[in-house]
Amino acid sequence: MNKRIYCFLGAISLLLLVPVVVRSQDLLKGSEVHGSMQADATYYLTDPKTGITDTTLAGKLIRMNAFTEVNYSLGNFTAGMRFEAYLPPLTGYDAQYNGVGVPYWYVNYKNDFIDVTAGNFYEQFGYGMMLRTYQEWTLGFDNSLRGLRVKVMPAKGITFKGVYGVQRYYWDAYKDYNRGIVKGFDADFYLNDIFTSLNDAKVKLTLGGSFVSDYQQGATKDIPYNGQLLALKMPENVSNYGGRFNLNIGDFNWFTEYAHKINDPSALNNYIYKTGDGLFTNLSFSKPGLGISLMSKWIDNMSYKSDRSITNNMVSINYLPSITKEHSYALSSMYPYNTQPNGEVGISGTVTIHLPKNSALGGKTGMSIAANFSQVNGIKRTALNDTTLVGQIGTLGYTSGFYAVGGDVYYQDANIEVTKKFGKKWKGIFSYLYQTYNKDVIESHAPGDYGTIYSQIGIADIAWNITKKHTLRWEVQGLWTKQDKGSWVAGLVELTISPAWFVSVMDQYNYGNSDPELRLNYYTISAGYTNHSTRIAMSYGRQREGIICVGGVCRYVPATNGLTLTVTSSF
Amino acid sequence: MKTLRIFLFLAFISSCALAQEGVFTYKKLPTVSLKTVKGLPYSSDSITNNGKPIILSFWATWCKPCVRELTTISDVYDDWVTETGVKLYAISVDDSRSMTLVGPMVNGKGWDFTVLLDPNSDFKRAMNVGPIPHTFLLNGKGEVVFQHTSFAEGDELNLIEMVRKLNRGEEVK
Repeated sequence: MNKRIYCFLGAISLLLLVPVVVRSQDLLKGSEVHGSMQADATYYLTDPKTGITDTTLAGKLIRMNAFTEVNYSLGNFTAGMRFEAYLPPLTGYDAQYNGVGVPYWYVNYKNDFIDVTAGNFYEQFGYGMMLRTYQEWTLGFDNSLRGLRVKVMPAKGITFKGVYGVQRYYWDAYKDYNRGIVKGFDADFYLNDIFTSLNDAKVKLTLGGSFVSDYQQGATKDIPYNGQLLALKMPENVSNYGGRFNLNIGDFNWFTEYAHKINDPSALNNYIYKTGDGLFTNLSFSKPGLGISLMSKWIDNMSYKSDRSITNNMVSINYLPSITKEHSYALSSMYPYNTQPNGEVGISGTVTIHLPKNSALGGKTGMSIAANFSQVNGIKRTALNDTTLVGQIGTLGYTSGFYAVGGDVYYQDANIEVTKKFGKKWKGIFSYLYQTYNKDVIESHAPGDYGTIYSQIGIADIAWNITKKHTLRWEVQGLWTKQDKGSWVAGLVELTISPAWFVSVMDQYNYGNSDPELRLNYYTISAGYTNHSTRIAMSYGRQREGIICVGGVCRYVPATNGLTLTVTSSF
Repeated sequence: MKTLRIFLFLAFISSCALAQEGVFTYKKLPTVSLKTVKGLPYSSDSITNNGKPIILSFWATWCKPCVRELTTISDVYDDWVTETGVKLYAISVDDSRSMTLVGPMVNGKGWDFTVLLDPNSDFKRAMNVGPIPHTFLLNGKGEVVFQHTSFAEGDELNLIEMVRKLNRGEEVK
């Protein structure tokens, strides 16, 4: 403890001395310092109606998640670090994050030919099915690699990337092979820049390929099965490799990525030795006033982590996004789809049209229409033989053909959204959705526990520009279903005063719950102030339990009641 | 020891801050690899406007206030360009999930400005952007003179007023 105090005092004195020294010299001319911070703190209250009692709160009435990141740059050189504190983590965030520290720091040098980073970094190869490390603060997701990344651009249109490191796992330092070592290589070729004859060609083509390998020590693993321990041989090196292309011809675009993973028995796939495959393809057409996009995705056993025993969101090496539309209203995002890495096949089609002003259908102010349909099914799995069950531990698992669509519907979403201005002062966004949500599969329950939820949702979002700087916005939402918690209705009123203030009141009422005791109002009142790039907001009320998803990675949030303060700033 | 290392770093940073004027100003945008909405490579070094002001706005298809901000600007963009020569670059941080939807959505809504893709948030991180929407205003020299987070109807009037000030050679606060 004493040592810490002396260190602290020593540092403070340096803090005061260094400016005196530095100001006298121009050696740091051209330096730039930038950064950002966010603090989310909640004071929790008991709420008997949602089952939150003093016991559940367990004395932890105040919880906070916060980070501060500072980046320094001078010429071709940048360095930075992020300090995080979860004291303790907010409810709904993994309790293992409890603590403070610096989980992210880096030093980088870059010029036109080479870009080298030592420390923590975020990187994506292609679409992400082989490697993607990223951070999503609202989700509590951070799978950064700590090690070395080198990017080389030997000629225009050619980029080579190499990565080598270990992933973040809460606050645990990497020691003695306690998790896998990830190595990866990616090559990207933009042919139109490489071959001068193609510089102005109408057809534009990009080709790419990646190879990622994870080494995890532990040649044999004892897995409990049927009361005994099976000694299974584990592949210590698991590789995931593939290629991609992006073809562009005028208004048409076609992108495809394919990935293949060798045998990777893990807790997530029940320790089977089947290889994995993933294919994503997207065809789109877009010109002013019209956009059409068709996507399809097939994955079979594509979870890929640098620790085979982990089943939650941590240490994922690759990224398997869902292709369903991400919704942002409270009721349309109540039942979000969560990618099933063990196998799914999906399609999604979106059409966006802009009907210009003074046209027949557009009316005086024009209109935008966006329609989307997506569906995800499971894959068809066939048993290996008569004596082995599908997915049986320690075997090859099952066989499944290319794009073998299964009969189980996991998710379906048909929706339409119309945006229109009414005169100079009124704007409206009107949506209708029909969703099918297989709760058992998506939330990993036993088959038959909850079944499938069919819901219809209607939303009206209307804004009135009272004056040029004052706007009043209303939302009225309804969700009608006979399953799960029954129907809901929600309303929101928000007043914004440019550029600084907002106040809003929201309520979600579960009027259709079959249990009258559970027909609760989830009301929230919020207010906030923004000054340039600093924002302070407070909200008070009862939040319903739910799932927050960003990009197909989801986090379960339990019901809470309390006062929340959020401060964000960047400089 | 770890604490000491952290404080030394912070001491170094703050000393630079005290020693230099304008150390918190972006003198030029960081060099990051982006993509066009058609998936073709585009470097952030190409974010230029012939010595005229630039508006840089970070958004995503799933961010409602971001879409509101860009829709509001899109209604008056042609007038802005005619009057001031300003150029808007809208950087989408949509990741692989919705990245391929950006181009069709932008065209489908009839937006006229340049939209670029930042699928792994490299540019967002390099610009220290937290929650979106986050909008920057660059002067004719490519220096960031203003930044603002969140969006309220009427913010765009503030933005164009600052662009006019820059064109007149005045300082922006």
